[in-house]
Amino acid sequence: MATVLVLITTADGAPDKVALQALALGSQLAAGGAVHALVLGDDAVAAGLGAWGATNVHLARHPALDVPAPDAAARILDDLAGSLGAQFVVGPGTEEGNTILARSAARAGLPFAANCVSVTAGSPVAVTRSRWGGSLLEEAVINADRAVLTVAAHVIEAVESGGSASVTPFTPQLDDADLAVRVVGRVPAPAGGVSLTDAKVVVAGGRGAGSAEGFAPIVELASLLGAAVGCSRAVTIAGWRPHTEQVGQTGTKIAPDLYIAAGISGATQHLAGTKGAKRILAINKDPEAPIMTAADYAVIGDLAEVLPAISAEIRRRRGA
Amino acid sequence: MRVLVCVKRVPAVAGRLTLTEDERALDTKYVGFQVGPHEECAVEEAVRLVEAHGGEAVVLTLGPAEAVEQLREAMAIGAARAIHLVTDGGDWDAESTAGAIVDAIGEDEAANGPFDLVLVGNEAADSGGYQVGARIGRALGRPVVTGIKALSVADGTARCEQESGGGRDVYEVRTPAVVAVLEGINLPRYPSVPGRIRAKSKPVASSSPARPAQRLELRRLVVPVTEAKQAQVLGKGAAAAPAVVELLASVGVL
Ligand SMILES: Cc1cc2nc3c(=O)[nH]c(=O)nc-3n(C[C@H](O)[C@H](O)[C@H](O)COP(=O)(O)OP(=O)(O)OC[C@H]3O[C@@H](n4cnc5c(N)ncnc54)[C@H](O)[C@@H]3O)c2cc1C
Ligand SMILES: Nc1ncnc2c1ncn2[C@@H]1O[C@H](COP(=O)(O)O)[C@@H](O)[C@H]1O
Repeated sequence: MATVLVLITTADGAPDKVALQALALGSQLAAGGAVHALVLGDDAVAAGLGAWGATNVHLARHPALDVPAPDAAARILDDLAGSLGAQFVVGPGTEEGNTILARSAARAGLPFAANCVSVTAGSPVAVTRSRWGGSLLEEAVINADRAVLTVAAHVIEAVESGGSASVTPFTPQLDDADLAVRVVGRVPAPAGGVSLTDAKVVVAGGRGAGSAEGFAPIVELASLLGAAVGCSRAVTIAGWRPHTEQVGQTGTKIAPDLYIAAGISGATQHLAGTKGAKRILAINKDPEAPIMTAADYAVIGDLAEVLPAISAEIRRRRGA
Repeated sequence: MRVLVCVKRVPAVAGRLTLTEDERALDTKYVGFQVGPHEECAVEEAVRLVEAHGGEAVVLTLGPAEAVEQLREAMAIGAARAIHLVTDGGDWDAESTAGAIVDAIGEDEAANGPFDLVLVGNEAADSGGYQVGARIGRALGRPVVTGIKALSVADGTARCEQESGGGRDVYEVRTPAVVAVLEGINLPRYPSVPGRIRAKSKPVASSSPARPAQRLELRRLVVPVTEAKQAQVLGKGAAAAPAVVELLASVGVL
């Protein structure tokens, strides 16, 4: 039995999916012990967490928490972990979760294991964590009294326990130094376009497109399908397409129903971004390209011929 | 303006990953090395800041003797000098790495004054620790911003933009500060031939910090088993178009 504290990050009045996955791992680690959840300022979220495995919900209320303030969050988390005597402090393996847990570990002078895919209680605590964007796993042990870690996104399933939890609101102690890093403004999203993260279909091109102009048939097919345009890193570093379209370890992670990858070899770092795709169609001149062992379907050929033919066939079918 | 940029030498693997016999590192017999994409952009950003404001960009790495190659690359695009914390090639956890970097910063600043900015990558390409920047900032009592895709500095304030929910959140922090950047903040330049030649004679200060006991202690690496697929070939060239469109229809995306 262990005491576990889980940070629940939120967006638009709901808990982040990965935060609920962290809560599921937290419940496993507690093994019947208390599963404390910390929510920063979001009353509506706090009330529902019992159903996802929390036994105690701590709701921090402070006027400074209405915008992201990662050091404040880290301080509240660390203070609470101290007062609860938590053996595990768990957060979601998202940008927000990782930055808060890293700061919290730094304050507390503890090691931090980011993006764990499994954790085994014991002394020492053993973790398996994701490296290279998930292409490689690391088995490690945490040599410390408190294990501070995040849970890699979409590896562990969130579990509806049907339980309920008491919510304890409190006013955290914060100093000016905790609020030195705080959001002061916002640049709105550019209008229009299909978001790569949410797209049902992504049509992407790689070095095989040959040039910025070589992307015309990719863009054309994407617009016919209402798809988002993606690309490989070879393309962004050549300056053919903006980095916002890059798929992969250092780009966007996508989860479409269909991913069409044209002229992309299928490097591990590229495929690190396509694990969520339901189906992959590769279009490549080379039948031996590594992407052939990650794809479900393939067309062997020059994308400059294949893609326009597909677009023409779609138009023909729609016209008929 | 003085800017320090921290880079890590990592293998440039692309295809199948294979491990060394002791399962503690990737087998690099047939691959080159590079710094990760976030750090390439961090170096470019440091050089641009110095081009705009004057001062010097300094590049630092903790890594094996061969990591001097990565320092020379950074100096070839404009870093003035380098700090090399030489290791025997073994893995250092992020906490020990940050500790050694903080000590090196202290020494350099004692001689040359504070760095207005310390730039790091958001996460190391290989180990993805997500924490070295936060630890440096904490140890030095400086603000840290992470996940940054746009950066500008004026009047002792760094304005930093972070993507969130489609738009961007803006942070403003006083310098000296630590900024963890993401690929896409800029498009790094390629080193020129004269740049490479100049880099050969730029100074590299080396020292060998002791490796502390590891508190996130690597035991073993594992290549995850992925289901080996073999794509079903729908056809060759333009003639495959009808089969592709059939597929689009059957999976409901037409
Ligand atoms: C730390 C790190 C992070 C990285 N992150 C990313 C990332 O986020 N995203 C990413 O994509 N990469 C990333 N990379 C880079 C990655 O390793 C590869 O270099 C990159 O994905 C290769 O892009 P590519 O497939 O377009 O090019 P290549 O590997 O050159 O492949 C081009 C392919 O196009 C085919 N081809 C050529 N001409 C044609 C044609 N006319 N018609 C059809 N096919 C054609 C070729 O057969 C080949 O398979 C990262 C690398 C590192 C080290
Ligand atoms: N060995 C190292 N030498 C220099 N900088 C490093 C090293 N390891 C990590 N860093 C820096 O810290 C960033 C984040 O690393 P990490 O927290 O380990 O993911 C990296 O992108 C680098 O900028």
